[in-house]
Amino acid sequence: MDIWQLVFGRMSWDALPHEMVTIGGAVMLTLGGITAVAAMTYFKRWTWFWKNWLTSLDAKKIGVMYIVVALFMLLRGVADALMIRAQQITSVGEAQGVVSTETFQQVFSAHGSIMIFFVAMGLIFGLINLIVPLQIGSRDVAFPLLNSVSFWLFVVGVVMLNVSLVIGEFSAAGWLAYPPLSGLEYSPGVGVDYWIWALQIAGVGSLLSAINFLTTIFTMRAPGMTLTKMPIFVWSVVSSMFLVAFAFPILTATLGMLGLDRLLGMHFFTSDLGGNPMMYINLIWAWGHPEVYILILPAFGVYSEIVATFARKRLFGYMSMVWALGAITVLSFIVWLHHFFTMGGGAKVNAFFGIMTAVIAVPTGVKIFNWLFTMYGGRIRFTTPMLWFMGFVVTFTVGGVAGVLMSVPAIDFQVHNSLFLVAHFHTMIIGGVVFGFFAAMTYWFPKIFGFTLNERLGRYAFWSWLVGFLLAFVPLYALGLMGATRRLDHYDSSMGWQGLFIVAGVGVAVIGLGLLFQILQIVVSIRQRHQNRDTTGDPWDGRTLEWSVPSPAPVYNFTHTPQVTTRDAFWETKQAKVAKKRAPFEAIMLPKNSPVGIIIAGFSFILGFGLVWHMYWLAIIGLIGIIVTIIMRTWGEQDSEEELSAVAVEKLAAQAAFASRRKV
Amino acid sequence: MRRRYKILIGAAVGIIVVIAVGLLFGDANVAVLNSQGVVANKERDLMLFTLGLSAVVVVPVFVLLFGIAWHFREANTKATYKPNWDGSRLLETVWWVVPCIIIVILSGVIWTSAHELDPYKPLDSHKKPLEVQVVALPWKWLFIYPEQGIATVNQLPLPVDTPVNFTITADAPMNSFWIPSLGGQVYAMSGMSTKLHLMANTTGEYNGVSANISGKGFAGMKFIAKVTSRADFDAWAVTTRQQLRPLGFLEYQKMAEPTENVEPAVYTLTKHDLYDTIVEKYASHGMQHKGTDISPMAGMGQ
Repeated sequence: MDIWQLVFGRMSWDALPHEMVTIGGAVMLTLGGITAVAAMTYFKRWTWFWKNWLTSLDAKKIGVMYIVVALFMLLRGVADALMIRAQQITSVGEAQGVVSTETFQQVFSAHGSIMIFFVAMGLIFGLINLIVPLQIGSRDVAFPLLNSVSFWLFVVGVVMLNVSLVIGEFSAAGWLAYPPLSGLEYSPGVGVDYWIWALQIAGVGSLLSAINFLTTIFTMRAPGMTLTKMPIFVWSVVSSMFLVAFAFPILTATLGMLGLDRLLGMHFFTSDLGGNPMMYINLIWAWGHPEVYILILPAFGVYSEIVATFARKRLFGYMSMVWALGAITVLSFIVWLHHFFTMGGGAKVNAFFGIMTAVIAVPTGVKIFNWLFTMYGGRIRFTTPMLWFMGFVVTFTVGGVAGVLMSVPAIDFQVHNSLFLVAHFHTMIIGGVVFGFFAAMTYWFPKIFGFTLNERLGRYAFWSWLVGFLLAFVPLYALGLMGATRRLDHYDSSMGWQGLFIVAGVGVAVIGLGLLFQILQIVVSIRQRHQNRDTTGDPWDGRTLEWSVPSPAPVYNFTHTPQVTTRDAFWETKQAKVAKKRAPFEAIMLPKNSPVGIIIAGFSFILGFGLVWHMYWLAIIGLIGIIVTIIMRTWGEQDSEEELSAVAVEKLAAQAAFASRRKV
Repeated sequence: MRRRYKILIGAAVGIIVVIAVGLLFGDANVAVLNSQGVVANKERDLMLFTLGLSAVVVVPVFVLLFGIAWHFREANTKATYKPNWDGSRLLETVWWVVPCIIIVILSGVIWTSAHELDPYKPLDSHKKPLEVQVVALPWKWLFIYPEQGIATVNQLPLPVDTPVNFTITADAPMNSFWIPSLGGQVYAMSGMSTKLHLMANTTGEYNGVSANISGKGFAGMKFIAKVTSRADFDAWAVTTRQQLRPLGFLEYQKMAEPTENVEPAVYTLTKHDLYDTIVEKYASHGMQHKGTDISPMAGMGQ
């Protein structure tokens, strides 16, 4: 072994990008990073950034950081989507497309991995961080430092994925990297390793988050808030976090085995020497199907809150909703085989998993009817969150029908791995999760930032997204039925598919327009923040506890721990019109800032990067660094909190009240 | 006034989309719906039936969604306001039970169709089935006709109205063998042998593809399933056999090297157990399996 290999592992000058598109992406990414660092230095914001954000253990700030990172990744994911469509529009018959096959395959693999792991998961965890403590009347999460560690591990995943654009390559084996294609024999490069370690590290963060939020919800609810008095969003988070806690260990183990196959030449998932790729496909979907519900259940919770608030009415069928969530949680673990009915399992196996899949339509349908009857007898205000909800019901129902079709194995044989399938899961994830997040963002924005978002631009964004979505995905249903499979970088002009691909491409562009409106919406809203200031803390006439505190929510959330006697605790208090008795202010314990999360993340990145490139000395440094950091931290544990005295709390509360009264 | 504009714009966009999609449909073949085989016909009928069954829930949902949203809008002060109405045992029972009934019906359909259209189940026909062994290679399809003693690459001549028994394997990453006009797909995996039974009703040329990504050249893994009369098929088989372009193990090893966008070709089979050799290649180092009876998920309710 020569010295170069010992130090740099598999790295060589070839690792730098060669193709115009990847060079462009890498240059933009690098320049963007340099500009950001330069700007921070020029404006002398580093200390502020370090103290107020990077080391903060305030769940609300961690939530905002999750969402900011996820929204940046959303931009990259959409750029990838545009590139996929650009290729499929231009690469027909004799014509060559805009990128090479290798790059195209990396682009769609990155698109899927980014959108699920680093956009949807980031948005969901961000939202949970922002809202769950406030809704259960708690001042914090159970393990604030762990929360920061989770976030920073998520960031490591994001960074690794983006580093692969500049140094090396990304996986070209699809977002779930089925072996044997993702094995050493067929993918000897570093791409699949980047995929494995980016997901592995971020996945550990997700698991820790789930433990954190389950503990928070079960032990830190305000007195009187029994489980059946929790806001339904909290219930949806309980279901989702249960799924994370049980499903993510499967992902970790599966990726671990694939990693061993690739790193040490083992044979868990190879075709020869007793390995079995089918085992991987079973395992990855045993995680992968619950993952879909991990994303969608919190979105269901969001819609439940929004419909009740904007219909000014109690949620219809609360217990039905809870049971439906529970049923979906359990069922989601026994349907994984429907992702590969075509593997040649027997008729009885396929039939069992098909029936279980169809059964999920029942609790989902119940939820939809309950939402509809929450609107019945209400006084509905069609603000943008409500528009997103209406759009969701339409798209989700259509996508659900496609899902029911595919739950029938004999139908699935004819649409599996076609663009029909691609259209189906985009309908569910965009129409369900993404619309749900945008609804949530508009709804809870004032609670976090203290002013409401511009409604008109919000409406423009909604209509652009809805029209763009229909243009982008209705053609894909048709293309699938024409026999167009997913992930094609080229097809014959005689197929007659090009027109529909062009329509789909226009759809992506219209979605891009929607994103532009949203960026504009945030810019304009910040400029108009004084006239849109939320002075009451309750801009929508809300129902749950988060609306009982001033906006933006103070660092300690509640000056006094609320007493809960009913569901919709805040709404009922408002109805009762009891004059508030002011209890004396009390001292509040808050977690101190801590750089431990960011340090562990730094070492995790070193570990992951070393493993990807076979720089074992680097990986060992990373591993030792993580362990030492954890041990060092346990010594400092007694000193991890600081007290905010009663006087200080009173002063802050007065400031918050003053700030919200001040109209400029 | 503004609301009216929005409705107009929305309607205009909708109409443009419908027309555009309609025009574009014109020159393309919607293979799954325009089915040309026994299996594909049944799968299409099943799809349309399930779609109809779903409509029982979907249509009320859309009617209720827009009806309720319109009637209970804030501006309509005549609508009753019941802020505390949060449940109804009767209504909730209805929407737990009605979907359950639909799913029970659907479960029956799933169960029977999963058996009737099980790709492993031989098709009913008085004609003797044609055996075809399918091997997914990087990145082309090899079709072996053991009874005819011939093999083809990237073309699949078939006789009409004759059941075809496909046995499928791979000497490559996993692929999926799919001829949309004739019926559903099954995975092609190395070291294993899966099965698929299809039968074409009409003569013609149908596109076949690999539906699962298997590396760089996978988009070029396509072939034409050329369905002709039995007489034409037999004549073609005899001519092909006489061309004397041999396919033995050595030739196979050369063929199995990665190549892209391979032109169709025909061969005379000189190694008759070539297929079994390819399947066993992966088993020979480790766990010993016998013959081609290695079906995936053995013991899982087969």
